[in-house]
Amino acid sequence: MNKVLMQGNKIIGEAAIRAGCLFYAGYPITPQNELPEYMAENLRKVEGGVFIQSESEIAAIHMVAGASAAGARSMTSSSSPGISLKQEGISSLAACELPAVIVNMMRGGPGLGNICPAQGDYFQATRGGGHGDYRVIVLGPDSAQELADLTMDAFDLADEYRTPVMILADGMMGQMMEPVIFKEPKPRVYPESFAMTGAGTGKSKIIRGLILDPLEMEEHNWKLHRKYQVIAQRETRHELYKTDDAELILVAYGTGARIAKGAIKRLREAGLRVGLFRPISLWPFPTNELRDLAKRTENFLVFEMSTGQMVEDVRLALQGRARIGFHGRPGGVVPTPVELANVVMRQYDRKEGIIDPVT
Amino acid sequence: MMVKTIFAGFGGQGVLMMGYSLAHGAMSAGYNVTFLPAYGAEVRGGTANCTVAVSDDEIASPIASEPDNIVVLNTPSLYTFQNRVAFGGALFLNSSIIAVESSRHDVRIFKIPSSEMAEKLGNPRTANTVMMGAFLKMTGLVPPDIYLSSMETVMGSKKKSVIEINHKAFAAGYEFLKMAE
Repeated sequence: MNKVLMQGNKIIGEAAIRAGCLFYAGYPITPQNELPEYMAENLRKVEGGVFIQSESEIAAIHMVAGASAAGARSMTSSSSPGISLKQEGISSLAACELPAVIVNMMRGGPGLGNICPAQGDYFQATRGGGHGDYRVIVLGPDSAQELADLTMDAFDLADEYRTPVMILADGMMGQMMEPVIFKEPKPRVYPESFAMTGAGTGKSKIIRGLILDPLEMEEHNWKLHRKYQVIAQRETRHELYKTDDAELILVAYGTGARIAKGAIKRLREAGLRVGLFRPISLWPFPTNELRDLAKRTENFLVFEMSTGQMVEDVRLALQGRARIGFHGRPGGVVPTPVELANVVMRQYDRKEGIIDPVT
Repeated sequence: MMVKTIFAGFGGQGVLMMGYSLAHGAMSAGYNVTFLPAYGAEVRGGTANCTVAVSDDEIASPIASEPDNIVVLNTPSLYTFQNRVAFGGALFLNSSIIAVESSRHDVRIFKIPSSEMAEKLGNPRTANTVMMGAFLKMTGLVPPDIYLSSMETVMGSKKKSVIEINHKAFAAGYEFLKMAE
């Protein structure tokens, strides 16, 4: 396997094409433009591959729904404001149980915000985002290698559970070049019977999100709910980094987790036993895995490039078993590992809870 | 070991190419690398810059708030980045264009008239490669042969004559600082 040096956005494109993605639709927005650019150039070289620069983000997500209904592995991508526009379509994909991969290279918000890396879309991504009772599987890569691996996995998960899957990264992950090795993708497992391939002799297939009978809609909701419960049990992913002897455990994801690892290196050199819990699946959140760590230490510090969103999932996981501190830099600021190390040093010996006091 | 370098200059001077080829070379030499271009809203004719991190350990942040080296091809870039260089770090200047002195006295300063040297070689566009020769001579970050083969890979389908003149430009930069020692 060859190691290549590639930009994050292009890595996702290459991984998607290798995973058999045949349809991409999107509308330009910084900092993810290199992804549609890559798809425009390379998807047409794939037999049956279709690239469309759509007239809007909303059009793109609905084109993806159409291609998915026809049985093609489909993808769209955007950055924060564009992802907001796609929410109606994502809700629709969830309702119709259509697999699709959606990439969000987060930037500073709210509103149009700026084009710098941020993590302010955690709530939107992990709580469904659009209207209605649904969830989206959300994966948060922290390296070039994970951008490639998780993109391939996202297509598999989308097919397996017939549900939209989101790759939640940020402008830095999208713009940065790092070495990557593309693994062999798994063969696609997706029954042809799900795809709308034209009127045959068989039973007619109906894909719809409009279910007017409330009892029928209720049953559909419970069906989706049972599916999400299975996903929540089976598909959590996380990384433990130097947590074995840790007195304080940082919790961070994506770019934030990289900064945390840099901070931990410095803190360990200074003799402070600090580790990192890194959720890789943001929904389902690795709740039990994090809760287990509270048996080892009672001192946690959440770091996000936002004013505090994932911290709520950490509170739900720890349920008062530990003291939870928080450090956030929203708006497109990427703090240095030194800054985070200084914050940790101040909180290392703290005995009082900042958010959840031990009762 | 962890070495972070910022490359900066006018858009079109091959600033991103310097960073990309260094990152590729360092990867080929077995290091962990990151390459981060500045992708903000820039003005036409303004500055371009990128940051390369090279390490034998995991790289946490690809951003350099205190780079070990900066390589600057024009005066605005010198003003923007000179105060960021770490104490004891190195500053590589294109002295053909940068007429002012750096305000730093606690870093090693290398002045290379790379634009003039490139012009003498017959292709003014190779000024960036001249700088890379000087940069790798002093930092020893990547062995020259590995770097040059990466440079060829990164240039891809460029004409053979272009590759050749870049080899010459690299050698000129490499030799220049040797003489200056």
